[in-house]
Amino acid sequence: MSSEEPRVGVFVCHCGLNIAGVVDVKKVVEEAKRLPHVVHAEDYIYMCSAPGQELIKKAILEKKLNAVVVAACTPTMHYETFARAIEAVGLNRYRLEMAVIREFSSWVHADKKKATEKAIKLVKAAVVKVADNSPLEPVKSRTVRKVLVIGGGIAGITVALDIANAGIPVILVEKTPTIGGKMAMLSETFPTLDCAQCILTPKMAEVARHPLIKIYTNSEVVDVSGFVGNFKVKILQRARYVKIGDCRLCGFCERVCPVKVPSEFNRGLSDRKAIYIPFPQAIPPAYVIDKANCRHWVDGCDKCLRVCPTKAIDFNDEDKLVEEEVGVIIVATGYDLYPAERLKEYGYGLYRDVIDSLQFERILSAGGPTKGLILRPSDRKPVKRVVFIQCVGSRDINHLEYCSKICCMYTAKHALIFKERVPGGEAYVFYIDIRAAGKGYEEFIKRVQEEFQVNYIRGRVNRVYRDPKTGDMVVVGFDTLTGQLLTVKADLVVLATGLVPQLPYELASKLKIPFDKYGFVQEAHPKLRPVETVTSGVFVCGVAHGPKDIAETVAQASAAAAKAMELLYSEYIVKEPLVAVVDRDLCSGCRVCVGICPYGALELVEGKAKVNELLCEGCGACVVACPSRAIELRNYSTKQLLEMVKAVVK
Amino acid sequence: MSEVLNRVVEYSGKNPYACYQCGTCSAVCPMVRFMDIPPHRAIRLLQIGAGALVLSSNTIWICVSCMRCVDRCPRDVAPGVVFEALRLITLRQGIDKLKYEEIPNIEEAPTLAIVSASRKLTG
Repeated sequence: MSSEEPRVGVFVCHCGLNIAGVVDVKKVVEEAKRLPHVVHAEDYIYMCSAPGQELIKKAILEKKLNAVVVAACTPTMHYETFARAIEAVGLNRYRLEMAVIREFSSWVHADKKKATEKAIKLVKAAVVKVADNSPLEPVKSRTVRKVLVIGGGIAGITVALDIANAGIPVILVEKTPTIGGKMAMLSETFPTLDCAQCILTPKMAEVARHPLIKIYTNSEVVDVSGFVGNFKVKILQRARYVKIGDCRLCGFCERVCPVKVPSEFNRGLSDRKAIYIPFPQAIPPAYVIDKANCRHWVDGCDKCLRVCPTKAIDFNDEDKLVEEEVGVIIVATGYDLYPAERLKEYGYGLYRDVIDSLQFERILSAGGPTKGLILRPSDRKPVKRVVFIQCVGSRDINHLEYCSKICCMYTAKHALIFKERVPGGEAYVFYIDIRAAGKGYEEFIKRVQEEFQVNYIRGRVNRVYRDPKTGDMVVVGFDTLTGQLLTVKADLVVLATGLVPQLPYELASKLKIPFDKYGFVQEAHPKLRPVETVTSGVFVCGVAHGPKDIAETVAQASAAAAKAMELLYSEYIVKEPLVAVVDRDLCSGCRVCVGICPYGALELVEGKAKVNELLCEGCGACVVACPSRAIELRNYSTKQLLEMVKAVVK
Repeated sequence: MSEVLNRVVEYSGKNPYACYQCGTCSAVCPMVRFMDIPPHRAIRLLQIGAGALVLSSNTIWICVSCMRCVDRCPRDVAPGVVFEALRLITLRQGIDKLKYEEIPNIEEAPTLAIVSASRKLTG
């Protein structure tokens, strides 16, 4: 509390007729003059204008005011304006209070007399509060100029490159043995049909050779502590059993390995060995041993070790727990496909010729299991007729309520590539609605329908089954536009499976970021803060935030990078000092506040509660919860609030 | 909202306005080929206030209440339940759709079939 006697000035704004049209501002000034501590009061038509601010500055200097009340609009609107004005003449900005007589009085009341009375009460409350306001300085903390990016797909790659190119070091953590994510599995990308690998792999290589990017693959973030600017993270780096720098990708190991398991990268459409590289352009460029399937730990097999010309294989490699300090964390954990086997009617998992969309991407890929030839998985017969089913899982209250957004476009792309590669082939698409809102998207759909004559059928499918005689798949569906039941025979059925988020609950809770009801990360504001989370210093981009295509993901990743750089541009993080303070003499160390704080700002230090001023948002939950009344909110002390209540009800 | 739609909502607890016309109900319906109006279109008619057309169609009586559409409906509009409500609207007017005397060989019909037919088709 200020040691000197308070000398308060009250400045009543007319806001044109916004306030003065209802509230008798002259009367408010007269009443204010009579209040204790008030040594000056005046009114003006627009207090926020330059002449208005000059009035305040002049009065502070002439009347030696040490506290100011502006009775006008809200602090959100103009606190900063008036705080800067009083700072200009040497007053601390926290010696300013605003009495909200526009939103709380003139705008909401018609009765002029009562509105004036209410305005006077609001002024009284502001005066008693400001008289007891302490001058405060902003809370400052040095930041660690380093960023952690969780997820090495196109979102993580983009954000890492943007930040590293601006000169800030980046740690990129990826769960699988290579970066590249889902985009690396794609054949071509809509609507321009550029080859996904051709546009992605140069970026992956750029990440690999960037001096400011450190990549942890086969790794997961297992613990996060600290706060904005000063996060401490623990990364579990799983043993690779192949030394990254030594591996020359000769592939001898792979040839001699006796174990065959389904390839994750080809989504089970081909096999890989227990020592493998997901795809030739993988980053880091090194083989990896899949311990769960390797026979070394079963029968001591060491065929790969014996043929490796560079002695890169190390069966003694161990999991490592690495600790890193970062200032900002960016979540780019992406998606997985909804398990299509849950829609039993489509026969996924039962018939090999019913595949999901990523499997079809692999079939279309030149580097895929069929080298880009469209063959059906069951007997490798060339596919002449294909049925695509959209909204598999999506927009269905029994599965995913939301629209997965990208399926309409990728299905159209699938159908187009199929028609291009299979002359005379027939493609059918069962759909509900076509969503093609994007630059060039509608034109793309039209091209698929008009130029490539793909049969779009507006309706859904009853069931998919195999004709026991011919081995063909049979799709029974309904065309809602003609009211006809349709039976389509096909060599292959492709399900446009919806997207599901991949960020584990445990990690989200360690990052203190909330999910929406579907498990996507909730942004701080759906329109104005789309890449920020409610936890300061943690940002989100890509499908972790909600279904989106590559173009949108890249845009959002760059936005997240910009936000991270904004935060790390200055050496310090500066924050409002209106935070909770603990009276260590009164604190009994009961921990009630620790549990109740929604921001994790309280911890017990030497048996007493301690507030982390950078985490505290000044919500006051701990103040109310403390049974010893040991916690107060700066400039919102219980005494001040009670005085304000008294001033209003008197 | 039309009177028919009001009563459908009251009896069934389902909201026909949730329907986005995907046609799943018509695709899975084992009886659709015998219906005047396929199930998804019946729901559409309710949405546009033409419930009377559905009431006068054979659709709601052809429905065998197998509930496949209820099981698969992605919007929980549950046409099978809505049709039950439409049947109730008719039945509560006391109109009999079943004439026992016209059933051939009634004495040979399974008792269960006669009981269900009475339940479903008489007021």
